[in-house]
Amino acid sequence: MPQHTFILNGAKVTVDAPDDLRLLWVLRDILGVTGPKYGCGLDVCKACTCHINGKAFNPCSVPISYIKPTDEITTIEGLADKKTGALHPMQQAWLDYDVAQCGYCQPGQIMAAIAKVKQARSAGHEIGEADFDEIRNICRCGTYFRIREAVRSAATKM
Amino acid sequence: MADQGRSPRSAPGLEPDGTDRRRFLGYLLAAPTLVVAVQLGAETADPQMAEAAIPSPPEPAELMDLGDVLTLAALPTSSLISITMSPDGTASFALPRAEVGQGITTAIAMLIAEELDLPLDKVEITLADARPELVFNQFTGSSNTIRSMYHPVRTAAAIARARLLSTAARQWSVPVSSLTVDQGVIKSKSGTTATYGSLAVAAASTRLTAVSAQPKPESKFTLVGTPQNRIDAHDIVTGNKKFTLDLDVCPGAKPTMVRRPPTINGTVESVPNMAAVTSMPGITDVAVVSTGVAVRGETFGQCIDAVRALKVTWGAGSVDGESDDTVLRKLKAATLPLAAPPLLTHSIDAEFVFAFASNSALETNNAIADVKPDRAEIWSGLKSPIDAQETIAKKLGLPQHAVTVHVAQGGGSFGRKLFFDAALEAAEISQKMGRPVKLMWHRTDDFRHGRAHPMSYSRIRANYALGNVVSYEQRHTSVATDFTHGLGEILTATAAKLPVGGLGFSETVFELTQEVPYNFGPTTQLLNEVPLKFHTGSMRDVYSPNVVCARELVVDQLAATMGKDPVAFRRSFLKKGRYRAVLDKLAEVGQWGTSMPEGTAQGVAVHAEFKGCTAVLVEIDCRPETTGRRIRDAVTGPRITKAVMVVDVGRPINPRGLEAQMLGCVNDGIGLALTESLHIQKGLPLEGSWDNFFYTRQWNTPADVQIIVMPATTGDPGGAGELGVAGSFAAVACAYARATGKMPTSFPINHGTLSFDPLPREPSIPQSPTDGLDYAY
Ligand code: FES
Ligand code: FES
Repeated sequence: MPQHTFILNGAKVTVDAPDDLRLLWVLRDILGVTGPKYGCGLDVCKACTCHINGKAFNPCSVPISYIKPTDEITTIEGLADKKTGALHPMQQAWLDYDVAQCGYCQPGQIMAAIAKVKQARSAGHEIGEADFDEIRNICRCGTYFRIREAVRSAATKM
Repeated sequence: MADQGRSPRSAPGLEPDGTDRRRFLGYLLAAPTLVVAVQLGAETADPQMAEAAIPSPPEPAELMDLGDVLTLAALPTSSLISITMSPDGTASFALPRAEVGQGITTAIAMLIAEELDLPLDKVEITLADARPELVFNQFTGSSNTIRSMYHPVRTAAAIARARLLSTAARQWSVPVSSLTVDQGVIKSKSGTTATYGSLAVAAASTRLTAVSAQPKPESKFTLVGTPQNRIDAHDIVTGNKKFTLDLDVCPGAKPTMVRRPPTINGTVESVPNMAAVTSMPGITDVAVVSTGVAVRGETFGQCIDAVRALKVTWGAGSVDGESDDTVLRKLKAATLPLAAPPLLTHSIDAEFVFAFASNSALETNNAIADVKPDRAEIWSGLKSPIDAQETIAKKLGLPQHAVTVHVAQGGGSFGRKLFFDAALEAAEISQKMGRPVKLMWHRTDDFRHGRAHPMSYSRIRANYALGNVVSYEQRHTSVATDFTHGLGEILTATAAKLPVGGLGFSETVFELTQEVPYNFGPTTQLLNEVPLKFHTGSMRDVYSPNVVCARELVVDQLAATMGKDPVAFRRSFLKKGRYRAVLDKLAEVGQWGTSMPEGTAQGVAVHAEFKGCTAVLVEIDCRPETTGRRIRDAVTGPRITKAVMVVDVGRPINPRGLEAQMLGCVNDGIGLALTESLHIQKGLPLEGSWDNFFYTRQWNTPADVQIIVMPATTGDPGGAGELGVAGSFAAVACAYARATGKMPTSFPINHGTLSFDPLPREPSIPQSPTDGLDYAY
């Protein structure tokens, strides 16, 4: 069985897994990292959103063999400060605006939102309506409006 | 005229100010620490008096609704729920309901914290396993949780508080009346203090003792009625909230998936390559089960490969000949006749079609099952765990007590988790394979083989004369909705006490939920059902969204025909002051009547149910530059730019949680009106992903939303989880009609165009893409 090494939430990990196994299953089924959720396995619902080298992506649609040893994968579990437990401003805003309902989509929403704020900034503007309209993450509980409020507030602290 | 429909003044045991000062009975249980129990369901439903100035005789749903029935059903069962006070100062309570996102754990924790004078974070709520002795008391449906738990939970907490106080008084030899409590700390006049935790053991009882208590008067509430955040929010935002598939509770429960038939309920005839698939990398077992062919392996990724590799020949399903058009023909043919219009009146006749819609949650159907020869253990997000336990036991050939059913946190329900399709299937698979399994449905299967809200057809005739609506008739015909999840039993058991007699389950539910809030003279609403073997269920309410959408569109037509403003017209016919207050507030906050550019419009709707009421105002933009927006693999179309909802639930427990629920309802209503449906073709829905089933997305949702929660009106908490969908749906439909000048009659409005390429039927699930990194941002 091929071996794969990458950096997961700041620590180096090595796993035995078939080359074409999608990273989501490496995380969930082999490493027991269950923050990223399964909602489709089709790169559609975005419930599994994580970061690769700071960019949002969907591990359900990336074979493990595409991940390089130097790639830094961050899941929702890796967002808060490891030593102090201090939350990322986006997580804090989620609490302040009481965004979550069932919570199933929210790890993915938070990871997507952080990347979206950064993407807007590197394009030279603050996150606005047009950017929100590009977020594809499904929230079947319909928390979209509170997501918008929370992201706007977090952006001022990022 | 009194504003409240159910005047609490007349009820025995109530103070002149309307607050409830009855004493309730509970028990101190013999336990090492303080445990207080109350009998759930000991609260008699108060059949209310309807207030109707002009004669529309009260409809059944006003006298007694479905929530009352669920409360009534619980009466004869002797079942205790309990609060435990631990030495660490936390009060814990195992809630016999499912939390699927609706925030009931937070609301119940608030009631307990309020009564005990304990900080909210010192209350711990868990979800109870299936407890057969609760009979009808462990069913989470019809927005009934708070309504049925309000008095019992407060009583238990009040007894606990009194016991803790008397324990302190005895220890300090002072009268109880000299003690005060603040945040879980008891204080004497002389300044001695003791925490609840330090008294928990001393306050324990050595034998079962019946005691009574008088919960705090509602006028003294300081926490209940104030906005509070969800108690599980921190776990959610850190990825620590565990849903069924995240649980590490059953060693050896490996990923398991099912290859499903190309048509609903198709059966397996043969699997020629079973051995080859069993020897695929990572696969441990393959078994034919009643729903398809199950595979179990080391990872879900390998299960997907194996499911797709299976060669299966299939027998026919249960609805292979059915498509949207054949179903609609059957519905029309089965529609009950309308009465002839009376002489000297004018009529508005209208008919509406509502497509099938999936109640799929974001978490797909799933369950963990470990079946041994003599016992079984199941974990799943379940709203009817007792029924699940019974059915699973029967399927496995085990006695009911040999099956343990654990209720896990659910990732959304919307009606889906009333059923236990995955738990039953997982149990069957585990038994066949002789190993524990962690079953996950693929998203595509969840849309195609999961439950759906059935297609329906509604005909309305409203007669008017001399500025008055003189009669209103609605004939609603639906593909049969499945109620075989415990609710059916509840209705049978209470049949004799219901205000509607001699009806089947569906008709009974219809009668118990449908209320026309207007005085439209003689009003009849009848349901007929066509029994087709689709997988159906409720979907955040059963009939109301479709029934109310149709009605409110006709109300707008009536207003227009009679030359009245839609808000003024509704106002003049609303039955109750409570409803008028909600509408008035809406018109004010939503600035009804603002002049809007051509191609845009406001729409308004009113809906009463679950002893509550909502009014919704939306603004829609149907201009080409908006409807023509292009987004990859998406439906854009008309955009709701603003939504305002006013909601009166009688007594809000947690206004922030209620707002959250209503926000979800707004997005559900938008989807139902504009984008979200299943297309049935030859026995299978074509939708197989969220880019096919167009639930509201960020690009459809309004950037401006206001939810206004009315202060307590009736004093009793009404149901809330589903209350806001019907009004939202109807308001969007009405706005669309006003913006385009044409009343839509088929929903969602984009159903006529198939806006995606359907995934293949075989194999039943698609492979995961490999190009995810190309979309990183
Ligand atoms: S599970 Fe990865 S996008 Fe849906
Ligand atoms: S909070 Fe339930 S799906 Fe988003």
